[in-house]
Amino acid sequence: MAEKSPQELIQIDLTPPPRKWMNPAVDFEARRGTWSYPGGVKSLDYLGMPNVREWSPTDADWKLPENWQQIIHDGFKDLLKKYRTLEIFMDICVRCGACADKCHFFIGSGDPKNMPVLRAELLRSIYRKDFTAAGKILGSLAGARELTEEVLKEWYYYFFQCTECRRCSVYCPYGIDTAEITMMARELMNLVGLNINWIMEPVANCKRTGNHLGIQPHTYKDNVEFMCDELEDVTGIKLDPPINRKGAEILFVIPSADYFADPGTYTFVGYLMLFEHIGLDYTLSSYASDGGNFGLFNTAENMKKLNWKIYHEAKRLGVKWILGGECGHMWRVMHQYMDTMNGPADFLEVPRSPITGTVFENTTSTKMTHICEFTSDLIKHNKLKLDKSRNDQFRVTFHDSCNPARAMGFLEEPRYVIENVCNHFYEMPENTIREHTFCCAGGAGLGNDENMEMRMRGGLPRGNAVRWVRDHHGVNRLTCICAIDRATLPPLVEYWSPGVDVSGIHELVGNALIMEGEKERTTDIRGVPVQPEKGEQDDV
Amino acid sequence: MYDASKIVVGLAVFVVLATSPLWYNALSSASPAAPELSQPTNGSTECVEETAFMRANHMDLLDQWRDTVVRDDVRTYTSEMSGKTYTMSLSDTCLDCHSKKDQFCDACHTYSAVDPYCWTCHVVPEEAQ
Amino acid sequence: MGALISLVAVAAIVLLASVGASTGDGLRFVFGVILPGVAFAVFLGGIIFRVVHWAKSPVPFRIPTTTGQAKSLPWIHNNELEAPSGLPGVIGRMALEVLAFRSLFRNTRVEILPEKSKVNYIADKALWAAAMAFHWAMFIIVLRHFRFFVEPVPAWVEMLQSVDGFFQIGLPVYYGTTFLMVVGLAYLLARRFFDSKVRYISLPTDYFALYLLLGIALTGIVMRHIEKIDVVQVKAAIVGWASFQPAVPVGVGLWYFVHVTLVSALLIYFPFSKLLHAPGVFLSPTRNLANNNRVRRHINPWNPDIQGHSYAEWEDEFRDKLKASGYALEKE
Repeated sequence: MAEKSPQELIQIDLTPPPRKWMNPAVDFEARRGTWSYPGGVKSLDYLGMPNVREWSPTDADWKLPENWQQIIHDGFKDLLKKYRTLEIFMDICVRCGACADKCHFFIGSGDPKNMPVLRAELLRSIYRKDFTAAGKILGSLAGARELTEEVLKEWYYYFFQCTECRRCSVYCPYGIDTAEITMMARELMNLVGLNINWIMEPVANCKRTGNHLGIQPHTYKDNVEFMCDELEDVTGIKLDPPINRKGAEILFVIPSADYFADPGTYTFVGYLMLFEHIGLDYTLSSYASDGGNFGLFNTAENMKKLNWKIYHEAKRLGVKWILGGECGHMWRVMHQYMDTMNGPADFLEVPRSPITGTVFENTTSTKMTHICEFTSDLIKHNKLKLDKSRNDQFRVTFHDSCNPARAMGFLEEPRYVIENVCNHFYEMPENTIREHTFCCAGGAGLGNDENMEMRMRGGLPRGNAVRWVRDHHGVNRLTCICAIDRATLPPLVEYWSPGVDVSGIHELVGNALIMEGEKERTTDIRGVPVQPEKGEQDDV
Repeated sequence: MYDASKIVVGLAVFVVLATSPLWYNALSSASPAAPELSQPTNGSTECVEETAFMRANHMDLLDQWRDTVVRDDVRTYTSEMSGKTYTMSLSDTCLDCHSKKDQFCDACHTYSAVDPYCWTCHVVPEEAQ
Repeated sequence: MGALISLVAVAAIVLLASVGASTGDGLRFVFGVILPGVAFAVFLGGIIFRVVHWAKSPVPFRIPTTTGQAKSLPWIHNNELEAPSGLPGVIGRMALEVLAFRSLFRNTRVEILPEKSKVNYIADKALWAAAMAFHWAMFIIVLRHFRFFVEPVPAWVEMLQSVDGFFQIGLPVYYGTTFLMVVGLAYLLARRFFDSKVRYISLPTDYFALYLLLGIALTGIVMRHIEKIDVVQVKAAIVGWASFQPAVPVGVGLWYFVHVTLVSALLIYFPFSKLLHAPGVFLSPTRNLANNNRVRRHINPWNPDIQGHSYAEWEDEFRDKLKASGYALEKE
């Protein structure tokens, strides 16, 4: 937890200092709590990454390869040839400043280099120097600067202080997407061996075991069985979910956190209860055991490698289509990258709900449907027996996760599910939800403990919005459809808005489902006794 | 994906629009030269003020004349150039020399797309038509 | 500092034009005919070069930023203008972006009240309004200038003039767009001076573009309303130039040369600067792509031919543990 109290942390001055931004100097020692540790040698070696070494951001010497400037220059050139986005985003920013106060990290820190425009300028200034005539001739007058070691250190600090949430790109008149710029910067830094462990270790784990957490298949099975045992205590029903079962109709892919830690595990059993309830012909996979993909936060190549297993496993198991669980960045990959990288999925069939007969026309190419699409279709067709009142102890709000909101346009489906499984649903203020949603400040690999102060700072806008619904509507449950959220929001709300719990949506679905042959529920699926609604509460 | 065809079409539209005046003129039969103004037929050799001043500022002078006549009932103008006096009248004084409205007023006004509102009140004298 | 350097640069251009125009017919020809010709060629060629350069890099991934509900289940109302599912929606979205600055219209201002532990977001449309005023006014002014560029003058130009001068204030009438352009530019410049965040991010070049545009607007106003020039000679000079019959402009005065030189500077500066946002916005992949990722496969021309860690490798590595846990295996 951050050492500063919320009252100390919120003393934020958004006025930038008078000095110019072009002379970088990041004091890593003084700024502990706001940056992440470098990638571990073991993970990097396993992945075959370039320029692996032991180093620390607090060292004066980062042990860069001798020709590091040339490496970055060549890498930059290569990326410009590969990505039109980079070309355009480097050339067309007018520095209107519309993005400036849209970043949660800027709002929470007041550090001017967290203004998206300036974050991009960190890269753009080098681009100008290396690749534009104006920059070469006019130098700093045209906003160009030399790539020095200090600049590189600044890159490391600020490009691992962006959660790639894309909120700024909503407001940019040209749609300049800082997530894309951050991804490019991370590609470049990666070339000279600058990356962070909270990304690289999961990537290495994921390559080896199939999931970020490094859970091996026997543990996978144990975890699933353990959760089912726990669930039996609540419902009286013993589930036996299929794993790696060939010939199932549907492969169900989830983020690994869902079978690893609370509160994701409750979401996980929510899925399983749903599938049991409707008698779905599906299978889990302990090989394709993570839909999440930290390659997205590292390099396009690693993203592709980690994502490759999804279609590979679908083919091996002979399923007809793929269903995906609640996860934000996983869905950015599944929606915007998977088909391009590892498609075409011509061996699969167009997803069709075996229960309602609905053909998911919006997934005809990837053949992968989101669990909330699937569930809302079931609810719409009255295929679920639900008792909303079982969630009456919860006054619920919904946190739009960045990627489903801003990379998929996935706004109504989760709300429809929530409104059908609970009676008390309250929206946070409109500038903090839907396409305007604020990040949990722990995405894109930044959800580690050493970065806690920055997470709490970046979490201020979200925390404040939660606090608002808590104070005005008595909200005590913050729902989301993202595994990173389920891991990073609990400390965030504990800090900024205590008294609110975090859960996935399918946990609430699990609570509300009336299972065949179940015993009377005296607790929710967390095992917390169900308290009857106390007295009159303001419902507005 | 490159979307090359869309970009080429977009660029073509841009180039055509940006160069449209060049095409327009090339296809137009009108002469680009400024209109030749007809010289006074009544023997007069000078205007009320310097020619250069008149070319750029005649509208101001006429505006001033109108206000002076209509509001102050003063009808005589003394030239700053020559000290001569003139009756402030568009129809009588101006058109006395510049006797053809279409060859004098309209030629330039049409050329430079100016639409003065003199003639919304004033009647064009028959001989000037 | 950057603001000052740019001011000096623009002042130097003005000075150069003034001196040149007062020196003799030779330099008048240079500033009145050759420079605009070169500038126009650089402008056209530069933009084509830049756009083609952009176009040579592919868009490897389809990454629209969705700002509304996507098309999914048939009973969920989708927002085609914010998360278009196909070309018509994209065209609508781009039209809104280009013509109405849709994204800028969303602008808010954040306010932190530490004593109340509160963060507020306040709608802030001033930037949008100023940007709209300036861009639209400039666009209409450019169109109005067609009266100098072509002969005969088409009816739509006269119509545009009469609408723009609807209030018939002053003689010659003041155009509404004159006011809007200057006020818009003044606001955009003022926020670079007085908004601490915008001041911090502003580069010298940001001021340069604004000064140029303001200089152009102000010299235009001078010629129309203050030190009036002989419009017929101006037209003769320009339409002659645009008919490939150039001649040394006569009887047009100093302001004309300053105006034309500033415009030339802007045209030359355009393809090497942030002014490329004009063509660039059309190519921005977060806006100009349909959010139909799961319906139509997007092709990446450099998609590397790499595979992940295969099931067989995985099974090999964990064989003993898989067996012990009773998994069905591909190879026993």
